[in-house]
Amino acid sequence: MNMLEVQNVTKAFGSLVAVSDVTLHVAPGEMRAVIGPNGAGKTTFFNLISGFFPPTSGRIVFDGKDVTTEPAYRRVATGMARTFQITEIFPELTVRENVNIAAEVALGYRLKPWLSAQQAAGVKARVDEVMELTGLESKARRLVGELSHGDQRVAEIAMSLALSPRLLLLDEPTAGMGEQETEEITQLVRRLHKENNYSIVLIEHDMQIVFHLADRITVLDQGHLLAEGTPEEIANNEAVQAAYLGKTE
Amino acid sequence: MTPTIDRSKYVTLGVIWLLLLTMPYWLPMVGGYMALGTRVVIMGLAAMSLNFLLGFTGVLSFGHAAFFGLGAYGTGLALKYFTHSTPLALVLGVLLGGIAGAVLGALIVRRRGVYFAMVTIAFGQVFYFIAFRWNSLTGGDDGLRGFERQPIDFGVWQADILHRPILFYYFVLLLFAIGTGAMGFLLRSPFGRTLLAIRENERRARFLGVPIEQHIWLSFSLSCFFVALAGGMYALLNNFADPTMLNYTQSGEIVIMIVLGGIRSFWGPLIGAAIFVVLQDYLSSLTTNWMSFLGTIFVLMVLFFPRGVLGLNWTEMFRSVLGRSRQTRPQEGGNLS
Repeated sequence: MNMLEVQNVTKAFGSLVAVSDVTLHVAPGEMRAVIGPNGAGKTTFFNLISGFFPPTSGRIVFDGKDVTTEPAYRRVATGMARTFQITEIFPELTVRENVNIAAEVALGYRLKPWLSAQQAAGVKARVDEVMELTGLESKARRLVGELSHGDQRVAEIAMSLALSPRLLLLDEPTAGMGEQETEEITQLVRRLHKENNYSIVLIEHDMQIVFHLADRITVLDQGHLLAEGTPEEIANNEAVQAAYLGKTE
Repeated sequence: MTPTIDRSKYVTLGVIWLLLLTMPYWLPMVGGYMALGTRVVIMGLAAMSLNFLLGFTGVLSFGHAAFFGLGAYGTGLALKYFTHSTPLALVLGVLLGGIAGAVLGALIVRRRGVYFAMVTIAFGQVFYFIAFRWNSLTGGDDGLRGFERQPIDFGVWQADILHRPILFYYFVLLLFAIGTGAMGFLLRSPFGRTLLAIRENERRARFLGVPIEQHIWLSFSLSCFFVALAGGMYALLNNFADPTMLNYTQSGEIVIMIVLGGIRSFWGPLIGAAIFVVLQDYLSSLTTNWMSFLGTIFVLMVLFFPRGVLGLNWTEMFRSVLGRSRQTRPQEGGNLS
């Protein structure tokens, strides 16, 4: 069974059709990249998957469950976590507090006025685990708003991981980063995929990263599905070269 | 999080409670009187209640006076018509203000920012006009009279809070402690942390799995219950309630207290309320034009203390002053040699 099935999804804003009849299947443990030129509808497509807004038509099935009309916060509870193209964090709280909030919500404690010792230990264990996995321990007590751009993005990924998701949606995790930071994030994403077995859907501009990381690649162009296949197939696809690769470099 | 910040927090807490608990003894020495001190504590609770919503959830209500006033009228009407028990009357007032807040909150919780604030003003004014016009029940423009807070009977001992202002002060302080204690406890809970998350970044909170509307509604409702408690005590203090307590100008005053004291600080609004209430009392005894002086002071405070009195990092300031004096000493020594 597929982890994620997006079936013939369309999103129209008035007369503008941002995403048109796109279908995508992601297998468990797969790393899928979604690429396309600017304005191809990648982020809109992400917003549809994560429940930012409902599709105009089509169906979204996550882990065998139809989530097409589920609001965003409930999709998170079913195991779907996302990051944003523009980093979304809690700037005036510390790194650890950021991750801690995510862990508490994910464990179902969001309305609790207090936690039992056992529950608090459960939260702590999960936060510790995520902090170690992302290498943020040394910055745990710093305010996220004071961190470098790269570390803020890692903190955002850490918050998503604290949700214990089965599918991770990463919207351009390396956007606006220097070479060193890009390399670190790429390593982290690869580790999450290879060692921790996360299913990941990744939007990315940097072609090197995409061809390096992804198991399969989906190419969008002007809201339409242009092609899908392994990195080699996509690299050799004439339509893709014409629409995208040929133009950029 | 770091030990130094924790320590300065305990110092603040200790100083505030020491001053509050000993107020009846030092207040007359600095020219105050018991009812003024009681008013500071009550308005402090009102400001801290609104700041639960404004400072710790990031949602601005400009209509909280309505729930403050409903608490006052509820308490006053209960004492006038149903009961001779002050605590019971207060409970009824709190329920009236709190439940009204919860019902209205459910209707407006989808609005955001300025729109939310505007809708709260509008609803607040509805209650103001009801209190203003319903002469037979509320006394209309003249206000609600004809009730008095009643002594509280503990069986062996009767606390005569009516004739002994000091006892009433400690009665108010006890309820203040319960109210602020409950708010402080909630803000340190997982639920409280989701409120901070909403204040910091609503979108991120939503995509962590927090149903934003539900949590803002809870925060709004809780805030209304606490502000209604303050309103009820205010009616008991004066044995009187009048419609201006529900007016948006009253809401504005509570917001000013918060800004004066520090919006990001838990105790700041209490300090802001103290500054506001004391200045109001002093200036209005000097001139009928006290509002313009208070306004000027407010503008100056906002210009020079944009984060409020408690928003300043006092520890940092002391340290920088000390640090500078330590740095100058070696230089002086250098000049000597």
